[in-house]
Amino acid sequence: MDVLDVTVRIVAVLLAFLLLPLLVGQAEHKVMAHMQGRVGPMHAGGFHGWAQLVADGVKFAQKEDIVPDGADRRVFQLAPALALIPYLLVLVAIPVAPGGGVAQALDAGIFFVLAVMGVGILGSLMGGWASANKFSLLGGLRTAAQLMAYELPMLLAAASVAMAAGTLSLPGILGVWEWWWLPWQLVGGVVFFTAGLAELQRPPFDAPVADSEIIFGAYTEYTGLRFALFLLAEYAGIVVLSALTAVLFLGGWHGPFADGLGWLWMLLKTGVLAFGVIWLRVSYPRLREDQIQRLAWTALVPLALFQIALTGVVKVVM
Amino acid sequence: MSLVQSLVPQALAAPQAASLAEARPLAAGHPGFLSPTGVEIVFVLVGLVTLGAALVAVTTKQLVHAALWLVVALGGIAVEYLLLSAEFIAWVQVLIYVGSVVVLLLFGLMLTKAPIGRSPDADSGNRWVASAVSVVSAAALVTVVVDAFRTTWIDLDRRTGPGEGSTEVTGQALFRHWVLPFEALSVLLLAALVGAIVLSRRRTAADTANTANTANTDNTDNTAGTAGTADVTETAEAGETADARATDRAAGER
Repeated sequence: MDVLDVTVRIVAVLLAFLLLPLLVGQAEHKVMAHMQGRVGPMHAGGFHGWAQLVADGVKFAQKEDIVPDGADRRVFQLAPALALIPYLLVLVAIPVAPGGGVAQALDAGIFFVLAVMGVGILGSLMGGWASANKFSLLGGLRTAAQLMAYELPMLLAAASVAMAAGTLSLPGILGVWEWWWLPWQLVGGVVFFTAGLAELQRPPFDAPVADSEIIFGAYTEYTGLRFALFLLAEYAGIVVLSALTAVLFLGGWHGPFADGLGWLWMLLKTGVLAFGVIWLRVSYPRLREDQIQRLAWTALVPLALFQIALTGVVKVVM
Repeated sequence: MSLVQSLVPQALAAPQAASLAEARPLAAGHPGFLSPTGVEIVFVLVGLVTLGAALVAVTTKQLVHAALWLVVALGGIAVEYLLLSAEFIAWVQVLIYVGSVVVLLLFGLMLTKAPIGRSPDADSGNRWVASAVSVVSAAALVTVVVDAFRTTWIDLDRRTGPGEGSTEVTGQALFRHWVLPFEALSVLLLAALVGAIVLSRRRTAADTANTANTANTDNTDNTAGTAGTADVTETAEAGETADARATDRAAGER
């Protein structure tokens, strides 16, 4: 692996990190609008308001960066970076094409992505505590409770795929993937995607940022660029979750003409899942805090355990 | 949990150390201390950062800052594992300690009392005893580790086959040589789990009059409702339940 190769891979990851979340954000504007009988942003940039998010970014950058008087300054300012950077790191390990189409193949890839995604939650917790605001604190508490409840089913569902493939490496899993894994790992896939939604605090699991109850949770006191970083982290999280679900449960780059068009299949599957995330936001009401906990412990954990048992049985019988 | 942390890496590394020692019986071509490689220098530097963060974590007067410095210390240990080519252990370290245990700590702090700024009353009169105990245990650990790995060098540049700390090698060592300690640890965690459940249940049974305020602490369902009324005894209990949940997760993950 020479210097040029490394540079190309790093630039590719950075570009994906900067572009894909914006694409998802713009898609959310337009898809939500059309689902609600509106047209969404139409003016910025001319054609169907394609530059709306760029304009939003400029607006955020111009705003004053305020740190509340009673806040813990350094923790408050550090929190958005800690929320965003883990998703950049995760993109490094996600394979997009066959034959070395991954920025860095990791031996324990599944553990890497799940571990690093968990670190991102610390950003919300730090922001919630350091804001010196009771709504922020409540948002941080709900974030922590949600993470603790949903990380277990997520891990168990991912472990099921690792058992089926006999490896923890993401490219390795795709290397042995077969089409009949789709029905075989279906339950695990649903559990993984649902738990991932909850970790991202996307609707219907958005009680930690419920605007009608606690303003905007941990992000209440943030303004300007730091607030934009939290929003960007949310969209980057959607990209990462969709890509991971596609790799683990939908076969990633597998599809007709995978040798040449593998990356297109990967993008397509990621895009469809991201569309699903947006669709859920428009169509489902917010779950109450106790409903969120009950869903995790009484539905998702048993389902994930069932999936692991099923994987084990099929693995032994075959 | 600290028991697991201290036992597992040694338990995993020992058979590899043995095989390495067999592979290189004499000190021929033994790397010395006088010409450190880049990895070794980074290892020492990260170790210093980890030590510093750990010291700040126990000496700072700000409660939440202590938890955040703990993140730095635990992350530093993960980087050290990574430099020793134990990739799997490193990511598990991040997943369990940074992603779960510290989140539990922060949750407990925020649920009860997380003042911004210094809290002078957070100091304990036991600090000299505590520091003595920690120095003794650190000395014991350092002696054991140094004695066990005295002449062992890990070949970081191995190109063929799985590396020393890869998932495959770790799994083989864990389930061939160390199955019994592994299962014993599982039973220990199960005992801790059952103990936590017993502790939390006994209190709710004996103290029904007071449940109007405290019932929700055990199941973290209604975190918003309890945030205001939580007191110090509840902290201990929330910590217990939370710890049980962490052990549960550790067990489930394996």
